[in-house]
Amino acid sequence: MKKPSESKGEVALFVTCLVDLMRPEVGFASASLIEAAGFEVVVPKGQSCCGQPNYNGGDRNAARRMAERTIALLQRYERVVVPSGSCAAMIKLHYPSLFDEADALFGKARALADKTQELTTFLAANGYVPAVKLAATRVTYHDSCSGLRELGIHDQPRALLRRIDGLRLVELSEPEVCCGFGGTFCIKYPDISNRMVSNKTADIAATGASVVAMGDVGCLMNIEGRLRREGSSVRACHVAELLAGTLETPGGN
Amino acid sequence: MEIDSGAFVEKARVALADPTLQHALKHIKHGFVEARARAAENLPGFESMRDHARDIKARTIANLADYLEQFEANVTSVGGHVHWARDAEEARRIVGDICRQAGARTVTKSKSMVTEEIELNAYLEAQGIVPVETDLGEYIIQLRKEKPSHIIAPVIHLSKAQVADTFHEHHAQYGFHERLTERGDMVREARSILRERFVAADVGITGANFLIAETGSAVVVTNEGNADLTASLPDTHIVVTGIEKLVPTLDDCHTLLRLLTRSATGQDITTYMSFFTGPRRGGDLSGPSAFHVVLVDNGRSDMIGTEFEEMLRCIRCGACLNHCPVYANIGGHAYGSVYPGPMGAVLTPSLSGIEKAGHLPNASTVCGRCEEVCPVRIPLPRMMRHWREREFERHLSPRGMRWGMGFWAVLTDHPRTYRIGLWIASRALRLIAWRGWISRLPLAGGGWTAFRDMRAPSGGTFQRQWRKRGGRR
Repeated sequence: MKKPSESKGEVALFVTCLVDLMRPEVGFASASLIEAAGFEVVVPKGQSCCGQPNYNGGDRNAARRMAERTIALLQRYERVVVPSGSCAAMIKLHYPSLFDEADALFGKARALADKTQELTTFLAANGYVPAVKLAATRVTYHDSCSGLRELGIHDQPRALLRRIDGLRLVELSEPEVCCGFGGTFCIKYPDISNRMVSNKTADIAATGASVVAMGDVGCLMNIEGRLRREGSSVRACHVAELLAGTLETPGGN
Repeated sequence: MEIDSGAFVEKARVALADPTLQHALKHIKHGFVEARARAAENLPGFESMRDHARDIKARTIANLADYLEQFEANVTSVGGHVHWARDAEEARRIVGDICRQAGARTVTKSKSMVTEEIELNAYLEAQGIVPVETDLGEYIIQLRKEKPSHIIAPVIHLSKAQVADTFHEHHAQYGFHERLTERGDMVREARSILRERFVAADVGITGANFLIAETGSAVVVTNEGNADLTASLPDTHIVVTGIEKLVPTLDDCHTLLRLLTRSATGQDITTYMSFFTGPRRGGDLSGPSAFHVVLVDNGRSDMIGTEFEEMLRCIRCGACLNHCPVYANIGGHAYGSVYPGPMGAVLTPSLSGIEKAGHLPNASTVCGRCEEVCPVRIPLPRMMRHWREREFERHLSPRGMRWGMGFWAVLTDHPRTYRIGLWIASRALRLIAWRGWISRLPLAGGGWTAFRDMRAPSGGTFQRQWRKRGGRR
């Protein structure tokens, strides 16, 4: 961990509930990347969910409460980084829409939105160059919908991945088509969701890649779970894990 | 409007298992998605044209009453008649009255989703009037007694063989006994039958892609020319369309037409673009002697001033359907609504109430691809979310989901409980895992593990591990 004196500043890492519960290794990989980019990482205590499930489920009041909590927790930091396109979009785009413009919280939501960045956008903007080396690996990339369409995350992860020594990036035929996760969609409409993720895994298989990377743990769980059920040997991972070189050694206890 | 969204889950399952439908749906990607992308790329300024189109429609909706009055005055000044229909029933009655006055026995029809919305055909049949759909796709589903599965490609769900069978079955009465297999032959056979209908029709009913306020014109685009024959051959032409189809000027119409055809089929221009302005004038050699426009409200004006107002910008190009990954896998019939896919998910509840249309705004991953391609930039995902909010407020959403979301909100409101809750969940997931993987989850998780495995968390929660390692907080 870098000492404050040599750091470019402090970054609050908002880990998202799915990273916290399902993929702690993505959190550690993200933290190490932010540090490698020259910043100091703090994980604000008391963070929970950004409110996206309730927001998309129609429970606007609860989403607003969750936004208020998150704003109160993160507002004192200069920079906030989120290893998820959809949670970053929730904070950057949807938080301000939850409050009346006359409401004091609207201003606070805007301020937080302005200083919040999705991980690969943050790394690309800060000139981070991955130091990891891979044995020749064919990797493909799936664009997560919210990150792509709401925040314009497209070139950043690709540029970062291409700079990994030994990594060859191959494109899917439909990288921008939804994988069928969609929050509670996959639970409410399992048959349709299954077809969508099966289309995705077929597309992945057709590239001949041995790894599929993406920027959201929701899509990651969906695609990984389907690959595994199909008996595929393709490894699904978060972009952070590839960049940090932690893919084979996930953070343990 | 008949809505049957309650059976959505079951119909979607059937659609997913239907190999003919699945094969037919593959045409969307090559026929529409790739064609639109090419068309957009080949037109410099396509994106700014979309902004301009959005502004035209927004301005029209903001001053809708004024423009409608202007439109009515201009239709009247050239000898046409404008009728106002508050709801479907009134619209049907108005059309029925005009048909009766014209002594109509056969009515040809072209290009009107609104007549599907108000279920005009069944009404006319009950009055002893024979409605004949003249758009090839609409003609096919009329023979099959089906509904359109797409707003611009009504038979996208059918295979060539199914159409061949349909013609074989229905065309024998006209002396055609051979089962045709070639597309061109099938079109020729249908055309020869439809030609007689065009000539026999007493009234022609068309929809309108646009209504132009400054000229009082109704604009229809087709690739088959059937709208021209429908509108010009019978002595009476009735335009049945929604009030939101209005645009202020001919120039505005031009902008929207350029976007409509490119967004819908990827065409720079369609084969026929017809502007109908009033009945036949003194020196005209042909054309109807009576020109009626039935302006259907049916819930549209109630959308003004609500979160759903922007939906009235819709120009019915179908791009949102073509790009929706849910629609692409289940087709239009599963939605049980005249308007399927993303645009239907917003419009249908507006027209018939969220109580009847509950699944529609939920059956979306809110992936945003629909908004990305919408020529008039309608924020469809945002409006689907608004419908979900209305459902939630009125306690219409499924109890299990409401309970789950409520539980999650309470948990996230209390950081300590959240940490403990997640820690327990993390432990529990590891306990039920076999070699790090879970292939069966209880309760709602069953929907997940029906088709996928789940990797169990490797250790405790991130926040707990971070603290243990002495990370800064």
